[in-house]
Amino acid sequence: MGVGIEVSQLNAWYGTNHTLQDINLKIPANQATALIGPSGCGKSTFVRCINRMHETNPIGKVTGTIRVGDLDIYNDASPVEIRRRIGMVFQRPNPFPTMSIYDNVAAGLRLNGFSNRRILDEVVERSLKHAALWDEVKDDLKKKSGASLSGGQQQRLCIARALAVDPEILLMDEPASALDPVSTAKIEDLIFQLKSQYTIVIVTHNMQQAARVAERTGFFLNGRLVEFDSTHKIFTNPGDKRTEDYITGRFG
Amino acid sequence: MALAQKPSKANYLWRMFVNHAATTLAVVSTILVVAPLIAIFAYLVYKGASSLNLAFFTKTPAPVGETGGGMANAIVGSGILLALSSVLGVPIGIAAGIYLSEFGRGGRLANLVRFTADVLNGVPSIVMGIAIYSLIVLPQKHFSALSGGVALGIMMIPTITRTTEEMLLMVPNSIREAALGLGVPNWRSVLAITLKTASPGVITGCMLAFARVAGETAPLLFTAFGNQFWSANVNQPIAALPLQIYVYALSPYDEWHRLAWAGALVLIVLIVVSVALVRFVTTRGVLKGAN
Repeated sequence: MGVGIEVSQLNAWYGTNHTLQDINLKIPANQATALIGPSGCGKSTFVRCINRMHETNPIGKVTGTIRVGDLDIYNDASPVEIRRRIGMVFQRPNPFPTMSIYDNVAAGLRLNGFSNRRILDEVVERSLKHAALWDEVKDDLKKKSGASLSGGQQQRLCIARALAVDPEILLMDEPASALDPVSTAKIEDLIFQLKSQYTIVIVTHNMQQAARVAERTGFFLNGRLVEFDSTHKIFTNPGDKRTEDYITGRFG
Repeated sequence: MALAQKPSKANYLWRMFVNHAATTLAVVSTILVVAPLIAIFAYLVYKGASSLNLAFFTKTPAPVGETGGGMANAIVGSGILLALSSVLGVPIGIAAGIYLSEFGRGGRLANLVRFTADVLNGVPSIVMGIAIYSLIVLPQKHFSALSGGVALGIMMIPTITRTTEEMLLMVPNSIREAALGLGVPNWRSVLAITLKTASPGVITGCMLAFARVAGETAPLLFTAFGNQFWSANVNQPIAALPLQIYVYALSPYDEWHRLAWAGALVLIVLIVVSVALVRFVTTRGVLKGAN
C-alpha cells in the first residue's frame, strides 16, 4: 500500500542556485499527483529530494523536512533505505545495458543480497505483468538484453524494475517525454492501474497528461510551489493568475 | 539564387573525385597500420618456424656446443612472471581507476594520482628494473621471480588505471542513478553496475598492459635475471622468453640465433593467443542487443 508524503519548509540548492524555496505540501496516499511547470522551475529537483537523489550531486544541498508515512526521511533513515521504499522512473529509459530483461527486473533485489530463485522468478513475473510488459517479453526474458527493447518497452521495463523492490511510492520524472503517443498511452494506463497500490508522483510537461492521470496537481514556477489543488480545480478554475496564464499557454 | 542553381556536371565529377581520394587515403592508412604486424610475423615464421620442434617446448637450453635443447623453462618462467605481475597490477590498476572516476572525481588527490600514473607510464622500463633492483633484489641479496613480477606488475598499473578511468567515465550517469534509485548501496552499484557496464573496455586495457609487459626484457635484467635450468620457485632467479631471446640473439652461435628466432615467434603467438582467449571467454554470454 502507498503512504502519503508531507513536505514542510523544503529548500534545495545546486551550488549557489536556490532551486527550491519554502515548499510545503501534502501528497495523499494511493493517488497520482502531477507536478507541472516550465523547464527549470524545480519540479524535477523536488521529486529528487523525495528519494534523496538530489544529494548524490556533489553540489546539491537540501534543508527542511519530508515525512513519508511516519518516517522523517532526512533524519530517521539512510538514503539507501529510503530509495528502497521510494521507487523512481527517470525521464529517459535507463535499463542496465549488460543485463537481460530478467536480470534488469531482478537487479534491485539481487543487489540487495536476495538470491532465492523461486521467489525471484515470481517477483520478476509479477512486476513485468504489473508494468504491462510480460506478454511482449515472456519468451526471451533471459535471452535478450534490456537495451534491445523499443523505447516504450524499455520505459515499462524500468517501471517493472522499480516495482520489483516493492516500494510504497513511485516517483516518475517525465516518464513519457521521450516516447511516442502509443507508448505514452500505455504508460498512462499503467499509472491508472498502479495508483491503487502505490502513491504516485509524476512530473510532466504535458498538461493533458496531468489532467488525464492525476487527482491532484501542483504548479511550480521559479522554484516555488504556486498552487496545489485538485486537478479539476487547477485546470478549470485556478486560484492564482500565474497558474491560469501557464495552463492557457500564455507563457512557458 | 545559389540553392536554385542546377548542380553542374563538373561539380559532380569533382565531388566524385574527392570522395574516391578520401576513401583511398583511408584504405592506404589501414594497410600501413596492419602491414608492419604482418611483416614482422611473416619474417618470424620464416626465420623461426624451422627451429620449432617438440624439444623446443619440452627441454631446457642445451650447453654451448651441443645442438638441440629448448626454451621450456623460459616459457613456463614467462607464464609465472606474467601471473605474478597480473595479480599485482590488475587489481591495483582497476581499483585506482575506479577511485579516479567514481570517488575522487575532480579532487586534488585524484589529480595527483592521475598525474603520477601518466608519469609512471613514461618511466623507461630499464629504470623500473633498476628501481626494483635496489628496492627488492639488494635487500634480499638475490635475484628472484618475485622481484621480476613486481617490476612488470608496476609497469602494468598506469595503463590499466587510465583505461579503467576512461571506460568508467563513458558509462552514462543515468545508469548510476538507476542503480542508486533502486536502493543499491553506492559501492555495490559501482562494482556490479558501473564496472560491469564498462567491463569490455576495462578488459581491453588489462590486455594492452599484459601484452606490453609480456615482451619486456629490460626490467627483468636486474630482477628475474634469467635461468638456464628449471625453476618454479618465486624466490629464485627465473627464465623468461624475452630474456632468453636477448641472450641468445647476442650470442655468437648460429644454433642459438635460430633458437632466438623461434623464441620470438613463440612469444608473439603466445601473446596473441592469450589476448584472444581472454577476449573470447569474457565476451561469451553477452546478450543479443547489448552494446
